[in-house]
Amino acid sequence: MTINVYIPRDTTAVAMGADDVIKALKFQTQLFHLPENKELNIIRNGSRGLFYLEPLIEVETAQGRIAYGPVTVDDVSSLLEQGMLHGKTDHPLCLGLTDKIPYLAKQQRLTFARAGIIDPVNIDDYIAHHGFKGLTKALTLSPQQLVDTVKDSGLRGRGGAAFPTGIKWQTVLDEKKNEKIDANEKSTQKYIICNADEGDSGTFADRLLMEADPFSLIEGMIIAGLAVGATQGFIYLRSEYPQAKIILEQAIALAYENNYLGQNIQDSKQQFELELRIGAGAYICGEETSLLESLEGKRGLVRAKPPLPAIEGLFGQPTVVNNVISLATVPTILAKGSDYYQNFGLGRSRGTLPFQLAGNIKQGGLVELAFGCSLSELVTDFGGGCYSGKPIKAIQVGGPLGAYLPKAQWQTPLDYEAFAGIDAVLGHGGIVVFDDSVDMAQQARFAMEFCTIESCGKCTPCRIGAVRGVETIDKIIAADNAEQNLDLLHDLCDTMVDGSLCAMGGMTPFPVRSVIKHFSDDLMPTAQQQGEK
Amino acid sequence: MPQSTTAKIQQLIDQKKHLSGALLPILHNIQDQYGYIPKLALPLIAKTLQQTEAEIYGVISFYAHFRLQPTGKHIVEICRGEACQAMGSKQLEQAVKEQLAIDYGQTTQDNSITLEPVYCVGNCACAPSIKVADKVYGRMTAEKFAHLNDQLSTYTVNLTEQANEEQVMEQRK
Ligand SMILES: Cc1cc2nc3c(=O)[nH]c(=O)nc-3n(C[C@H](O)[C@H](O)[C@H](O)COP(=O)(O)O)c2cc1C
Ligand code: SF4
Ligand code: FES
Repeated sequence: MTINVYIPRDTTAVAMGADDVIKALKFQTQLFHLPENKELNIIRNGSRGLFYLEPLIEVETAQGRIAYGPVTVDDVSSLLEQGMLHGKTDHPLCLGLTDKIPYLAKQQRLTFARAGIIDPVNIDDYIAHHGFKGLTKALTLSPQQLVDTVKDSGLRGRGGAAFPTGIKWQTVLDEKKNEKIDANEKSTQKYIICNADEGDSGTFADRLLMEADPFSLIEGMIIAGLAVGATQGFIYLRSEYPQAKIILEQAIALAYENNYLGQNIQDSKQQFELELRIGAGAYICGEETSLLESLEGKRGLVRAKPPLPAIEGLFGQPTVVNNVISLATVPTILAKGSDYYQNFGLGRSRGTLPFQLAGNIKQGGLVELAFGCSLSELVTDFGGGCYSGKPIKAIQVGGPLGAYLPKAQWQTPLDYEAFAGIDAVLGHGGIVVFDDSVDMAQQARFAMEFCTIESCGKCTPCRIGAVRGVETIDKIIAADNAEQNLDLLHDLCDTMVDGSLCAMGGMTPFPVRSVIKHFSDDLMPTAQQQGEK
Repeated sequence: MPQSTTAKIQQLIDQKKHLSGALLPILHNIQDQYGYIPKLALPLIAKTLQQTEAEIYGVISFYAHFRLQPTGKHIVEICRGEACQAMGSKQLEQAVKEQLAIDYGQTTQDNSITLEPVYCVGNCACAPSIKVADKVYGRMTAEKFAHLNDQLSTYTVNLTEQANEEQVMEQRK
């Protein structure tokens, strides 16, 4: 008899010691604790996304999986002594049935339904958990029906800009429709590109998905290919994610071996090829046109739009560029129907968003929920407040180009339009919590500094503006003509918003202005506060 | 020496040159092998891809990941992203720089560690993070780093594993 034990190979699980825990577990069970006739089978799953509990060990029992965490090397012997391998629940680290842990039970897992449950590089495990059902359905539909299904689901891009995915696909489908394949076959080539550059600090949903359930992304890309008539796909993965790279490479190879990729997918006469490409440490290459340049082997300079990538994208051909989560959600929409998906959500934000609780938070992790809950629900009910135990002072939502929100705004419903209404963005769903020790003037300064580091350099408002921005904020902090310099900073922000070619320069003012507006005490202490210092 | 290095680099180029947009895959292939892009690779890449050396250089210099100089034995990257800032990465950064007596972009005197900044490694729920080669470490502190630094500069990988097992034995007693 084998005892199945799950210990994630996810980056964060390993960063918190999962590999060492496994070594200790193997070593100690070899010597002592294994019941007779039992064999230990350690499965390296992805993470459930409950990162505050990593490394999380799960033991399979007749009742379901029993969880223990966070486990350190030092805990292993007492866990074994107290019957972890029999699923006994006495140990203080035992969390009971994994599925009943409130943090997980309260979520609406659609895109992340399989995360942490399956072995990410076991294609049979994927199929046993409803994998490729969306593709099977897709193979019975026409391209237009596929595009319509995605349109009806209300899915909007999860990479940040929230553009309706179905409309983007329609544009690509309609391109070159009537052109016959001629001698120059290239002319009708279309591409599906998965944007896996996940550059926003405070976000890890793409990484978690690729490390936990890579086949769902592959399946989504195949369906996208069928929908728009593209036979070649690329995943552009950031170089900072080596673990995701290994897992994706294995998953792609397995998909080829099992005839889900290649020239005749599941004997349907449909073709889709997929290649993994690695970025090289440039935040701007997450911007879709910069990404295209990079894939073409060039510097990642942003292209002017139009033409849209959907019309002239990679190597000048019609190209779908979609975020990991957008694409990995498509199989669920196909398998369960567009109605099912669009029944979740609020207003024009349909479906679910994987929120990512990060920074100074007690219970950090991934929380997939329908749009519409509030920030304060997320950071208190799920997050449990600050890791430091101090009060929360500010929450940055939507990555380095997102606004810092003061307490008064934490009740805003999390949906795209409501956030736009308060000059904020949901972006890719990153939520970074700061306690009251944070100096918000430094955060405003960092926003500008980040822009100086990551600007592609193509347009002046961004390239020069950000440098001036850092200087100006430094002067304000030093109380050097603070009033005039604040006016200057306002002007600079206007120039960057109005004159930048892309959202790098165009949105850097969001966090800066939010600090000016809501945390001015940190930026310009009143005479009295200065006296106190 | 250059003779064989040239042949080897040409081989690394040839492995990837058939790809569309082959330049980044070629650069990765070379850097994965050597830890940096040796200068003599530039004319070889340029010739193979029918581009100028200046173009190749322009691409290399655009991307933070690619380097034209060799590094120390280990590359230590400290995350400067906001989630890590919220957990005290600035103090950590200061402490690490003091411990190693180097700044970003520099290498320790014993050639053991090259220090670099990184902007998020996706471990934002267990910040602050550092990365050593392909391994991420969460909830990093100055003390933990001092310990890690000792390991990096003295032990080999095998010895580290042995040390772990000894630790386990120790606990069993
Ligand atoms: C500076 C900048 C960085 C971006 N980084 C990413 C990224 O890392 N991942 C991503 O999916 N989209 C990113 N985007 C958005 C992409 O340009 C694009 O909108 C997205 O990939 C489209 O996919 P979606 O419609 O599925 O969201 C970024 C945009 C900008 C302006
Ligand atoms: S705004 Fe900045 S990143 Fe965007 S195109 Fe202009 S210089 Fe490049
Ligand atoms: S911000 Fe440091 S790991 Fe993401």
